[in-house]
Amino acid sequence: MNYSAIEMMTIAAARALRNDDVCFVGIGLPSAACNLARLTHAPGVTLIYESGAIATRPNVLPLSIGDGELCETALTTVSVPEMFRYWLQGGRITVGFLGGAQVDRFGNLNSTVIGDYRRPKVRLPGAGGATEIAACCGRTFIVMRQHPRAFVPKLDFMTTLGHGPTGRERRALGIGTAGPALLVTDLCVLEPETECNEFVVTALHPGVSAEKVRENTGWEARFAKKVRESEPPSAHELETLRELHARTARAHGTAAGE
Amino acid sequence: MGSFLSLREAVAGLVHDGDTVALEGFTHLIPFAAGHEIIRQGRRGLTLIRMTPDLIYDQMIGAGCARKLIFSWGGNPGVGSLHRLRDAVEKQWPQALEIEEHSHAAMANAYAAGASGLPCAIFRGYQGVDLPAHNPNIRFVACPFTGESLACVPALRPDVAVIHAQRADRQGNLLIEGILGVQKEAVLASRRSLVTVEEVVEEFGERSPNAVILPAWTVTAVAVVPGGARPSYAHGYYSRDNSFYVAWDEIAKDRGRFQAWIEQHVMRAELPA
Repeated sequence: MNYSAIEMMTIAAARALRNDDVCFVGIGLPSAACNLARLTHAPGVTLIYESGAIATRPNVLPLSIGDGELCETALTTVSVPEMFRYWLQGGRITVGFLGGAQVDRFGNLNSTVIGDYRRPKVRLPGAGGATEIAACCGRTFIVMRQHPRAFVPKLDFMTTLGHGPTGRERRALGIGTAGPALLVTDLCVLEPETECNEFVVTALHPGVSAEKVRENTGWEARFAKKVRESEPPSAHELETLRELHARTARAHGTAAGE
Repeated sequence: MGSFLSLREAVAGLVHDGDTVALEGFTHLIPFAAGHEIIRQGRRGLTLIRMTPDLIYDQMIGAGCARKLIFSWGGNPGVGSLHRLRDAVEKQWPQALEIEEHSHAAMANAYAAGASGLPCAIFRGYQGVDLPAHNPNIRFVACPFTGESLACVPALRPDVAVIHAQRADRQGNLLIEGILGVQKEAVLASRRSLVTVEEVVEEFGERSPNAVILPAWTVTAVAVVPGGARPSYAHGYYSRDNSFYVAWDEIAKDRGRFQAWIEQHVMRAELPA
């Protein structure tokens, strides 16, 4: 079956979730990946949205973080302060799934501004839950489309701490969680190198050259000693993802999550 | 004791120029009708507080109601930017907008601290990020028992909270169901509160003993405004008008088109019911 680079990205991100994970889900690409995991290899995965929905099983992807579908299909729904205090800060979440406008080589994220904070070129939505999701979840996965304006040598603004500006700050601050463990793009999969925490390419999606990854990375991309080729999407994964998007489009009159 | 008022009387009595106002609702139960009445009555100089300033604050900011915004995520969910918010921040139109920016965890904790009667909220957050350098209200304290560095923000204590709920009973008690957001905390943290409701019922009837109820004596005024959360949704009553959220992107992009929309759909609109 033919597939798009975005489908490959979503499927590669979904595969990283385990059946016993408790996952804090961001809206957009993370939401598509997490629900695909639930509908394929990880039917037992617990999905949690910051609007308070715990163990939700939405039939269509939410357009917004607080869609009624999330509450109606959840095991229970708690208030937003309870969500951030007991469930996130309390250490109950194994994986946080995030995106952003900019990422650097150490998995730090910017979703606040492009340009100067007080006189921004582009004002982005801001942190939302991301800052504390990245601090409190056992580890975080990042899913983002790869191009040089998004994969930058230096963030315009540090909204969300990954491993820190030089890869060492997270550990130095004594933050007890692992931080970013995986970065999935439409071209490849990157993982932090032991010790220095720099994200290096560990898998190329089928048909993607190392050169293409270099061209789309704002820093000098590095590659692991052994670079795998990502398993192409199976027919089951593709069909499930496409049905999910088709149901979503019918429900919202628009394709949510992209 | 919450008294039943018309929306016009309630806004006139409770929301004053220069007030600090929190219109809350996390995607669900956003008090649009009350926000529109604030625009119609021409309130100015408001400090607006809201975790997710979406379309309603885009409209209030573009209409010139606000001098300051305290928030943690400002976007049109699933669609993109808030163009009126960006125009105010980037180009000072229709006037400069001071912003005090937080994370969701900080805002949620700050409301809970306000409802708890505490001066500040303490939580684990903001470590190693840039926002504390730009917001002097984000500080750190050492835990007196463990020495751990914890984030600290002032409690939110709005002059007025404005929320939308599903039902009031005849006594003015209020029932909220579905995604709860921070509305209970916002009301209990505020000096005054206005709750718009879909309907008034004789009795709430069958319900869980843990149903979220704000007793009448915690609320200043109740106004019956069916559809008062549209185009957001009210669980059990109507669903979210996603197509309007998409359409808003084009309306809000252009100052003239925005002003025409406000004139037609807010200034000259008939009050619901």
